[in-house]
Order: sequence, then structure tokens, then C-alpha cells
Amino acid sequence: MADALLEVDGVSKRFGGVIASDAISLAIPQGELHAIIGPNGAGKTTLIGQLAGEIVPDAGRIRFEGRDITALPIFRRSQLGLARSFQVTSLFVDFTALDNVALAVQAHAGHSFRFWRDARSEPELRTPARAALARVGLAGRGDVIVSNLSHGEHRQLEIAMALATTPRMLLLDEPMAGMGPEESARMVKTLRELKRELTILLIEHDMEAVFALADRITVLVYGRIIASGPPEAIRANAEVRQAYLGEQEEPHA
Amino acid sequence: MSGRLSPRNAFVAGVITILALVPVYAEATGNTFMVSLFTRIVILAIAAVSLNLIMGFGGMVSFGHAVYLGIGGYAVGILAKEGVNSGLLQWPLAVVASALFALTVGALSLRTRGVYFIMITLAFAQMIYYVAIGLDRYGGDDGMTIYKRSQFGAVIDLSNKTTFYYLCLALLLAAIYLVWRLVHSRFGMVIQGARSNERRMRAIGFPTYHYKLVCFVIAGMLCGLAGVLLANHTDFISPALMHWTRSGDLIVMAVLGGMGTVFGPVIGAVALLVLEETLSGITEYWQIILGPLFLLVVLFARGGIDGLLAGMRHG
Repeated sequence: MADALLEVDGVSKRFGGVIASDAISLAIPQGELHAIIGPNGAGKTTLIGQLAGEIVPDAGRIRFEGRDITALPIFRRSQLGLARSFQVTSLFVDFTALDNVALAVQAHAGHSFRFWRDARSEPELRTPARAALARVGLAGRGDVIVSNLSHGEHRQLEIAMALATTPRMLLLDEPMAGMGPEESARMVKTLRELKRELTILLIEHDMEAVFALADRITVLVYGRIIASGPPEAIRANAEVRQAYLGEQEEPHA
Repeated sequence: MSGRLSPRNAFVAGVITILALVPVYAEATGNTFMVSLFTRIVILAIAAVSLNLIMGFGGMVSFGHAVYLGIGGYAVGILAKEGVNSGLLQWPLAVVASALFALTVGALSLRTRGVYFIMITLAFAQMIYYVAIGLDRYGGDDGMTIYKRSQFGAVIDLSNKTTFYYLCLALLLAAIYLVWRLVHSRFGMVIQGARSNERRMRAIGFPTYHYKLVCFVIAGMLCGLAGVLLANHTDFISPALMHWTRSGDLIVMAVLGGMGTVFGPVIGAVALLVLEETLSGITEYWQIILGPLFLLVVLFARGGIDGLLAGMRHG
């Protein structure tokens, strides 16, 4: 527990009568790819929202690198190295792909009270932005206005923007949502590469991808953790099979 | 601003040339009213350019922007009345007063958005409007004549109409250049990002509130300067300087010319005020013609007049 990068301790959140997070505790060590699965409405996105700082938990603590971040606003957490991507693609649609990523670079390149120099001509913003685009497979698409990119490309761009903030940990909310098989496979490949250098918390419905990528899996049902462990243990867990995996085909990794 | 001679750039160059030649034309034809009309147009264009910085680029629809015309104007008028005629004192004080007011309004209003932001900016502007009405010593409701324009010693004589016009035009061009640099800088990228998707801006690590507040203050200062010029132009201040309909005019200028482009509001100011002048010469019900025209632009030319010109490039 002590050397966990992200530590969640008894986090609870309720919306009216609905318990979205029920005393959730998690410890994610440095370098782990930790997947959170669960049926729709299990509170996965609410949990990520609390970790990223968009939603304030009713109770519990969140620590990042041993530091209590429960009360920190979202932009401060981002500056500490906790980056999130969005389930519903959330981009600057009237900018080019490169501009989007360059903004993310800029967010972590000191303050932006610089009023004179043309930001689009600054190599210290553009070069890392191009590198992040290349890492997710969008190298040739930098100059395209975001609203003209495909859905799959939007998802890739989401990851590139999170990467451009030079994070220590990625919070990925369904990066493969709405993707075709080919795009999904490319995303799995990207995530597998990222996994080598980053700690990742992944929410995903694509079981094949989850079991292929995750070091550990936590199963969330009605805001409560019903199981947490390595993929083999989760697959064998009777409660999980009944609550969640049961209705689906046997996942094959 | 691509550097090539697109129809739009040619048009912009044409507008600037025409503005530069106004006093020459007036001299040649003996139509001195032209210079006065265009001085007014150029000054209000500065105000529209400043509004466009927050509204067009920052997505902050201020419905009280004319208040800075009032603050700038009253700073000049009040100081003149109290015997301080030096422009070197009047102008900086006017701009500082505008900045402080913008800081106060912005600090409160930028915590809200949408209709609430519009209503708060309007409410603050109305507050100052009624304060001005209450200033009996400075003319109250009727306003007050300024007997001496801002003095700059031997450097420049503002009472010369041509000199004053060229000063205003130079300041307009400087304002456009300033805004152009601003919106392309890192600061400008943050402002435009916050307009496009503020939630995401915060998620990638920007404290957007601070940037928007600074932007709001810059726009207020620029418009305060326009107020200084307007008071010197008319030799008169009154609460009407900052009536809410004037704020509406500024919004119309920005929308008509094209929001989110640096030069658009200048085209909007010229178009609106020239139309107003010509149409009111034809019929006293000129607004009946202007209204539908504005409607057509909003419905069919979302990018304003500037947007139409930019579109011509693609055929």
C-alpha cells in the first residue's frame, strides 16, 4: 500500500438515493495497468470523475504519490501528472488536431501569460505535440480541423492530449467506445506501448481488450467493489461471473 | 491574415486605405462633416475591436461594454472640470479606472456563464450609468461640455480635426495589431480554448478563470481608451455614452462584421454607422431597413461580412 502511486481510501458518493460510489478503496502501484469493469450504471465514470477532480466525494481520501489530493481542483491534479481522457469525446472541435495537442503541451509548459509571440510558431510546443500525435498513430493528421476527423481518430486524439500533459498516470474512460474492430486493435496496441512507461487506470467495456491489457482488474457493481485481482482470478470468480460476465460469452485472452 | 492577396485581404487593405484618405477627400470637397463622422466611426471601431476580443475570441458576451466608454469619457471630463487638462495624466488615469472596474466586474461575472454573465455585465453597466446621472457637479442627466481637449503640450494638438482623426486611426490600427498578437499568442490560445471547451481546458491543466479575467481587463482598458477619444471628439460627456443600447450597438458591430476575426468589428462599425447615416437621411424610420439587414447577416452569413469575404476565396 505504501508505495502505491494512486491510493483511494473509502471514497463514497451518492446522488440523491443512488449510491454511485460505496466506500471504494483501491491501491494502484506504479507501472500497473488497472482496469475497472462493471455493468452500465456501476459508477465507473463517477469514480474517474472523483479521481480526476471533477466530482467531489462525500467521504474518503484520494492520495497521489502519497499526497492527499481529495480537495485539489482538476487543473492542479493535471499539473501533478494525473491526466484523464473523456468517455464522450471532448475536444476543441474548431482547432486542428495539432493545435489541440499543442494546447495540452502548453498547459504544462509554465504559465500562459505570454501575450506576444505566435504560439503556433513555438517549437517547444509544436515538437512535443507532433510526437504525441505520432505515438497514437495520427502523425499525418495534425493539420486537419478536429470536426473533420473520424470518430476513431477523435478517440486517438483524446489519448494524445492526455499524453501531451506528460502525465505520470492516465485515467482512461472507455477509450474504445464506438470503435470498429480495426480501430480497437490499433488502440490496444497503443495502450500496450504506453503501459511500459505509464501507470494507467482503464475503464472499458471491451472485455477482450481488458483481459489482454490489464495487470489487475477491479469489478464494480452498483458502486461497490465485488472483486479485485489479476485477470485469471477475475475470470474464475463465481460472483463476478454471476453478476457481470455470466451473460456474456466467455472472454478469451 | 494569410499574407496572400485573397479577396478578404484586398478588402481589408481597401478599407484601411479609404479610412486613411477620408481627410483628403473631405478637404477636396469641403465636406468637413465627413471627418467628424469617420472620427466617430474609428473610435467606436476601437470599442468594437475590444469587445470582439472577449466576445468573439473568448466567448464572453458582455452586454455592458459601453460602460468603459463612459468611464474613459468621464475620467477625461471630470479631470478637465477640476482643472487637470494634461493628457499624460488624463489618459492613463482613464485606462487604469477602466481596468479596475473591469477587474471588479470580471471577478464576479466570470464565475457565471451564459445568460447570467450577460445579465451581470449589464447590471454593472446600468449601475455606473445611474451613478453618472447622479453626478450633479458633472452635469447629471444633461451631461457636461468639456472646454479643453486633453493637452499634450507641443507634441500633438487634438483640437486640429485632421490631426485628431489620424491619431484615432493610428490607435485603431495599433489596437487591431495588439489584438492580433494577443489571439495568436499562448494567452490567446488559452482564451480561444476556453471558448471552445472550457471543461477540457481545466482537465488539461489550465486555471481558465484567471486567463479570462485578464482578457476581460485588457478589453476594458482598450474600450476605456475609446471612451477617452470619444469625449475628446465630442467635447462633451453624458450618461448616454454608456446607455445599454450603446452596448447593444457594439455587439451588433462585432456580429455584423464577423466575430472571431480581428478586423471584422472594424467592417461592422463602418457598415453600421455609414448605413445609419445614409438611411437616416432617406427616412426617419431607418431602423426598419437596418433591422432586416442585420437579420439577414445573422441568418445567412454566420461569419459576418468578413466571413462572406473569407468564403470567396474558395469560390
